[in-house]
Amino acid sequence: MKTPDDIAISASLADATFQAYREAVIRLPPDVLQVIRKAAAAETNPVARGEFANILKNIKEAERLGVPLCQDTGVPVVYLTIPPDVPLTRGLYEGVAEGVRRATREIPLRPNVVDPLSRHNTGDNTGQGMPVIHIQPGESLTVTVLPKGAGAENVSGITMLLPSHQYGIEGFIVETMLQAEGRPCPPVVLGVGIGSTFDGAAALAKEALLLPVDTMTPFEQEICNSVNRLGIGPMGLGGDTTALAVKVKTASCHTASLPVAVNIQCWAHRHATVEVKR
Amino acid sequence: MNTQPVQLHTPLGKEVLELHAGDHVELSGIVYTARDEAHIRMKAEGIPFDPMGAVIYHCGPVIRDDRVIAAGPTTSARMNELSGFLLDHGVRALIGKGGMGARVREQLKNRGVYLAFTGGCAALASLHMTVKGVFFKDLGMAEAIWVIELDHLPLVVGMDAYGNDLFEKVIQRAKYEYGQNRKKV
Repeated sequence: MKTPDDIAISASLADATFQAYREAVIRLPPDVLQVIRKAAAAETNPVARGEFANILKNIKEAERLGVPLCQDTGVPVVYLTIPPDVPLTRGLYEGVAEGVRRATREIPLRPNVVDPLSRHNTGDNTGQGMPVIHIQPGESLTVTVLPKGAGAENVSGITMLLPSHQYGIEGFIVETMLQAEGRPCPPVVLGVGIGSTFDGAAALAKEALLLPVDTMTPFEQEICNSVNRLGIGPMGLGGDTTALAVKVKTASCHTASLPVAVNIQCWAHRHATVEVKR
Repeated sequence: MNTQPVQLHTPLGKEVLELHAGDHVELSGIVYTARDEAHIRMKAEGIPFDPMGAVIYHCGPVIRDDRVIAAGPTTSARMNELSGFLLDHGVRALIGKGGMGARVREQLKNRGVYLAFTGGCAALASLHMTVKGVFFKDLGMAEAIWVIELDHLPLVVGMDAYGNDLFEKVIQRAKYEYGQNRKKV
């Protein structure tokens, strides 16, 4: 049974989801903006410099006009943290879905969510299992929205390596980008999940996209350099920057397994977090 | 390679034959948006505009009250098998993202060019565009043919009329680089 408290939390969560969505699709996070600017300044290929000029102007105009950066406003991927005093109820899921519906109507977002077989479009970016919601315990009630476009999602990849083939991790990541070519709208951010299980590695890869992109470990930097040596460049037209950053998340796995997943994200790496007012 | 953008205005003529892959251009004048459905309809029922010197834009825009809200390019490769008849009828340029296949590269020879527009730049695109009309509106907003007037849209020549293909060149180099790295392992 719903208590008045549950209903209030659900409504506040809907508001916060809407706000996070609006922030995410119109304005890039500061760390993403910083790595794009840095790459643009360092770019030596004249065609790529032109692409960066368009990207930077687009970022500026989207903010000035208050419109989405890209017409593919993606599918809703949402991460919640819930504090000890908030019960895990259906109301949380309903609140997020209501926020997504409102964002679709009011921002507006392109309705992208369809049934996988009939391809019927629900028109409001919600559906069976959509939004995708991940819940973790935390200190406060927060909602993080990561709208994910299809161009980059469609060329992501997963593999189950032999534990003795650790050297194959970098090769798989570079190969995934090679096969993607210009389709994911590079320069991309690569979220990498290493370890866990088949499904767990994919979840880690997506979570890795939420890590700050303006710093990399030596391991991440080395993979990023290898990806950039491909020279695919912005939009596949060639250039020094194919990947803006590579971010890795790991988890323990079976002694006989080495799962590796790569979740590709376009240059418009949109995400935002809002704390729910209670 | 030209450093200053080449100014182009529709209807396009033989000037496009002299462009080279990698040239920056600014396009002004009328373009026609078309995705998969519009191509199929045009092939079956005929082209509803004068195709001589015309420009096709691979785009499913968001239009509200006859104003362009967002209109970035869509993936052109989906139209690989659907573009030949347009070039046969005199179309001089195709705009989109990601490039097109070897068949289109051949079809463009001595006839026209493929112009790449930066993916994801929907807000920027809308600033350079005015809606002038629409055909096949029953196909829905994304699939209809919108007649759009461009004002200096910044593009780059991805495939030229000499058979050069920037995307293909880049991916061949990337494959070579990947092969070299694998040898080291």
